[in-house]
Amino acid sequence: MSKNTLMGWVDKRFPATKMFKEHMSEYYAPKNLNFWYFFGVFSMIVLVNQLLTGIWLTMFYEPSADGAFDAVQYIMYDVEYGAILRYLHSTGASAFFVVVYLHMFRGLMYGSYKPPRELVWIIGMFIYLVLMAEAFFGYLLPWGQMSYWGAQVIFNLASAIPVYGADLLDWVRGDFLISGATLNRYFALHVVALPVILLGLVVAHIIALHEVGSNNPDGVEIKANKDENGIPRDGIPFHPYYSVHDLQGIVLFLFVFIAVTFFFPDGGGYFLEKPNFEPANGLKTPEHIAPVWYFTPFYAILRAVPDKLLGVVAMGGAIACLFLLPWLDRSPVKSMRYKGFLSKVGLTVFCVCFVILGFCGVKSPDAYFLPGLTWKITGQICTVLYFLWFITMPFISKAEKTTTPPTRLTVSH
Amino acid sequence: MIRDDVNHGRRRLFIGLTAATGAVGAVGAAVPFVGSWMPSAKARAAGAPVTVDISKLAPGQKMTVEWRGKPVWIVRRTPEILETLKTDALESHLRDPMSEQITQQPTYAQNEVRAIKDEYLILVGICTHLGCSPLFKPEVDTAEFGDNWFGGFYCPCHGSKFDLAGRVFQGVPAPLNLEVPPHYYVSDSVVTIGEDGTSAEGAA
Repeated sequence: MSKNTLMGWVDKRFPATKMFKEHMSEYYAPKNLNFWYFFGVFSMIVLVNQLLTGIWLTMFYEPSADGAFDAVQYIMYDVEYGAILRYLHSTGASAFFVVVYLHMFRGLMYGSYKPPRELVWIIGMFIYLVLMAEAFFGYLLPWGQMSYWGAQVIFNLASAIPVYGADLLDWVRGDFLISGATLNRYFALHVVALPVILLGLVVAHIIALHEVGSNNPDGVEIKANKDENGIPRDGIPFHPYYSVHDLQGIVLFLFVFIAVTFFFPDGGGYFLEKPNFEPANGLKTPEHIAPVWYFTPFYAILRAVPDKLLGVVAMGGAIACLFLLPWLDRSPVKSMRYKGFLSKVGLTVFCVCFVILGFCGVKSPDAYFLPGLTWKITGQICTVLYFLWFITMPFISKAEKTTTPPTRLTVSH
Repeated sequence: MIRDDVNHGRRRLFIGLTAATGAVGAVGAAVPFVGSWMPSAKARAAGAPVTVDISKLAPGQKMTVEWRGKPVWIVRRTPEILETLKTDALESHLRDPMSEQITQQPTYAQNEVRAIKDEYLILVGICTHLGCSPLFKPEVDTAEFGDNWFGGFYCPCHGSKFDLAGRVFQGVPAPLNLEVPPHYYVSDSVVTIGEDGTSAEGAA
């Protein structure tokens, strides 16, 4: 090992080659990873995009109630390439949630949260939470009408807490209303604190994953079948096989991402909402306010409950339930391929409800979805079904008849 | 030198005590970080009362003034409006028709119309649900807000409804009536918002 080369010199002092082998060239991933396994790597690409464009935006932005809105105009109109940098960042925020939601769906479908990957899932859920906080604080920074009133609604969730609610609200705002003091602190969290935490969690997510090994569409543990060298028979080295494979996906993803950034940067009013092109005005709520699309399912759950505290509890619970999945799913098999009919129906209904809730969150509650069915009622039905999935899972997954997974991976090509 | 007559119990005790002392220090160190998030002295000092001339406000109209960065509405109510506020058709659909929740108004506005002078409604225009500013919807003959609607305020965020005394309807997410700020009349057409008047005549 102690070669007389530069790498040899480094390796005696820092385990560079060892780490590369462990995580790349000798990390054995199942050979049947399919399309759904692209989204993890896509989220890394988006993370890099967010860090890079975010650092550059910070160079031109001014975090103050008087200066923030104008600073964004300055970036958009005066700074060379400023509009591209900002649109990459704002489109990146939406892209982040697109790929993370699909990444999570993959986990649900193939049982990637089940033992021994509980911590991979839980660390991932923390990443999701930090991501939501990042997105929310980031949306405050342009200091437009939606920044202001969106934050007003979310901060006021704190006031639902009995007894301490009002004081807690003043504490998180740093004022008796949302003001420059609020903007400054969430700017600090957005550009320094949360990115640091996010990076740490991403590293932990990957270390945990590489410790237990990747799941796959069959949900079969490849480590259970090793050859004489201790290498899983159904595994292939991540590098070069998946690294090169992923590059093709990344190129395609970037095509789509850049096309949206260049040609639909406001996402039809869903990535950048119309009222946010007006400066924040604490005296006037926009006629129609809705969160950015990636929060709307939870917002719809909040609205579905006609009680302030219980609404907040339901919204928090909708996210908290996801943390419990590794213990709610008691099925002997991981992948949906081998689970029973009811599990398949359950996951489908859950996902359809999640999407419908997403629509509910942007519609006026009293408008009609279908004749005789308001968005409010729709949201309430979907909220019930959303929670029903979690509640019934321990029973369905335990009782239903599953098929036996193969001992080796099934590969179609 | 390695000794084998180590007292492990005592060692564990001292490690525990040291860790506990460190934990106390950590809590102490957190105080300035947590404390700095409280509203600053500057924020606490802001919030002087505002004085408003309401002589130009026509019956049925609403005006908005700013107090402590929040919208404060002043609505001049017509006799017809005041009449509907006391009907059972309306009041039986309200959560707190008699304003019994004392945090939501000063005692001098704790009545059915929630005002010092019946004609003028003065409210903090912030929904008690999640802080949006509701919209002024004085129209009576609208099917949009269901039966038992005699004009009021509608919150666009989560659909909470309030009547023209700021009293919350049942079955909406907002739990409480809209807040009536402390205020007093300097003269017939001038009102000061943000302060209780003293009972003495010389308050103005």
